[in-house]
Amino acid sequence: MTKLQVRQAIEQCNERGDKAFVPYIMAGDGGLQTLKENILFLQEAGTTAIEVGIPFSDPVADGEVIQQAGERALAEGITLRKVINELASFKEEVTVPLVIMTYLNPVLSYGLQAIAADCEKSGVYGLIVPDLPLEESDLLKDALKNSEVALIQLVSLTSPAERIQAIAQAAEGFIYAVTVNGITGVRDSFTEGLEGHLQRLKAASSVPVLAGFGISTPEHVQSLGALADGVIVGSAIVTALHKGDFASVRTLIDASKNQVTSI
Amino acid sequence: MQTTETKGRYGKFGGQFVPETLMTALQELEVAYEEAQQDPAFTEELNYYLKDFVGRENPLFLAERLTKHAGGAKIYLKREDLNHTGAHKINNSLGQALLAIRMGKKKIVAETGAGQHGVATATACALLGLECVVFMGKEDVRRQELNVFRMELLGTKVVSVDKGAGTLKDAVNEALRYWVSNVEDTHYILGSALGPHPFPQIVRDFQCVIGNETKQQIVEKEGRLPDAVVACIGGGSNAIGMFHPFVDDEDVKLYGVEAAGSGISTGKHAAAIAGNQEGVLHGAYMYVLQDEDGFIQEAHSISAGLDYPAVGPEHCHLHDIKRVQYDSVTDQQALEGLQLLSRVEGIIPALESAHAVYYAVQLAKEMKEEEILVICLSGRGDKDVQTVRDALGGQA
Repeated sequence: MTKLQVRQAIEQCNERGDKAFVPYIMAGDGGLQTLKENILFLQEAGTTAIEVGIPFSDPVADGEVIQQAGERALAEGITLRKVINELASFKEEVTVPLVIMTYLNPVLSYGLQAIAADCEKSGVYGLIVPDLPLEESDLLKDALKNSEVALIQLVSLTSPAERIQAIAQAAEGFIYAVTVNGITGVRDSFTEGLEGHLQRLKAASSVPVLAGFGISTPEHVQSLGALADGVIVGSAIVTALHKGDFASVRTLIDASKNQVTSI
Repeated sequence: MQTTETKGRYGKFGGQFVPETLMTALQELEVAYEEAQQDPAFTEELNYYLKDFVGRENPLFLAERLTKHAGGAKIYLKREDLNHTGAHKINNSLGQALLAIRMGKKKIVAETGAGQHGVATATACALLGLECVVFMGKEDVRRQELNVFRMELLGTKVVSVDKGAGTLKDAVNEALRYWVSNVEDTHYILGSALGPHPFPQIVRDFQCVIGNETKQQIVEKEGRLPDAVVACIGGGSNAIGMFHPFVDDEDVKLYGVEAAGSGISTGKHAAAIAGNQEGVLHGAYMYVLQDEDGFIQEAHSISAGLDYPAVGPEHCHLHDIKRVQYDSVTDQQALEGLQLLSRVEGIIPALESAHAVYYAVQLAKEMKEEEILVICLSGRGDKDVQTVRDALGGQA
């Protein structure tokens, strides 16, 4: 299995002179029918891949905005199973690779083998599980072995050099470089030393490196995009989509275009 | 019958299911703890505070009237309720606060359910000059308002958590989020034998003083080990501290008592082992109350300290290998246990401990007069008087 779908989408984007832009959406925030609308809109607006968040009862890695979106989605009765079934229903219309972000327990409950099989049927080529660090990842990696679904690992600012090396070596799809010490959410500033951190990460990694957590403005998209192969934007997208502010979403996405040599 | 401990595993339970940002902190903690264990000065300092500040060792008390009431085995009470701050929680809070100082961390974050762990941690921080913030579910803040004020008197900042049902699970979520964001200068003093490795081991080790003292005391009094030991289980810290030193003594039967709330069949309970579903919560693979989609369910118990939807990983393993028998006691039965112990022994137990009291009395009835049973009386009931008065409609 190549597990190349997500990686190639990012690389092709970079070859065109753009930075990758991966938005995070909370599946079913506003009802399950919004999932298709949002994915088709984001794809048309020029995103590279789309991260589909599954709501969870105990989202310990998430800040206020995504927690609240998750609560709204839970109130709509959204589950991992419903999202996977819904994605399968309009798979033919989706041209960008989808990545599911979910905490581990819903995956365990769904069944490891079942999720590997069902992801591909739904156009999902990556899984991000924020409470599954490298040490515990074999459990899911083994289940995904014979699928096209990449298990995407996070690297944090606190990860020491040897650990970054180990994660980079095991990496599939892309590396999710967490750009702040903390949980998801909007921030004004990033720590000094982030540039060096991202450079070391890129040097160690054979897959693309995307920066995420706290990226909320077009300026962030440009400045952090310049240090990595692209960006992931979560809370700002979730807020804009919740408000129906599609123009802001386009502005954020546009900031990732034509900037490989510009900064 | 040693429990396995490869990479923080107890059989298949345990592990480190946490965000990457915390992995380095957990590895540092593991190293710091190993060094502390090998440093006689650390043990000496901890023992000094346990003796002169906490008031250990606390008594193993022969409950003669309770024994007579049950009409079976001889019942002893391990008096953790007599510790400074009124429960076993201080054993762990002090140990971990000293560990934080060794790691050069001056700030502490903790979660609390009943408030006992919060008070114990606030106390240890006041004693040792550490800054402390405690997260507590909104519902628990309401149920335990005196404990909130107690923590504030001790100089701790208490943050009310209004997410979810506003109980212990939600407080742990918020404490974990705070720790992820402040990991460089803050140590998280987890209050139960839960969470990612090495927490279940550290908490157990600091609580083992309960079982170790009990063992020595019962041999002094009776010349032999007890036949049965009973403790209540929420996350399971008093129980694991009591049980662990007895695990290899196969003639000592061990009983863990979960909170059955309104009854297991009602679904409104906190008995994760009885629920028999495995999953991951707060960094560890355990028995966890959850629905068919893997969402964690709220626990229900009259006792805030047992109101948690999972059970520490070592208990899960001890259940699987059948070394400990886990049963449950309802809110109503716990209230009966509390009233009984208050009347026949002059000891008002915490509602948590009252679960163990009720169960132990039923168990003692089935045992022979020459047999010995020890109850871990994990805390005193002062904090619960208001709750109990409401539950009993004012009729003591």
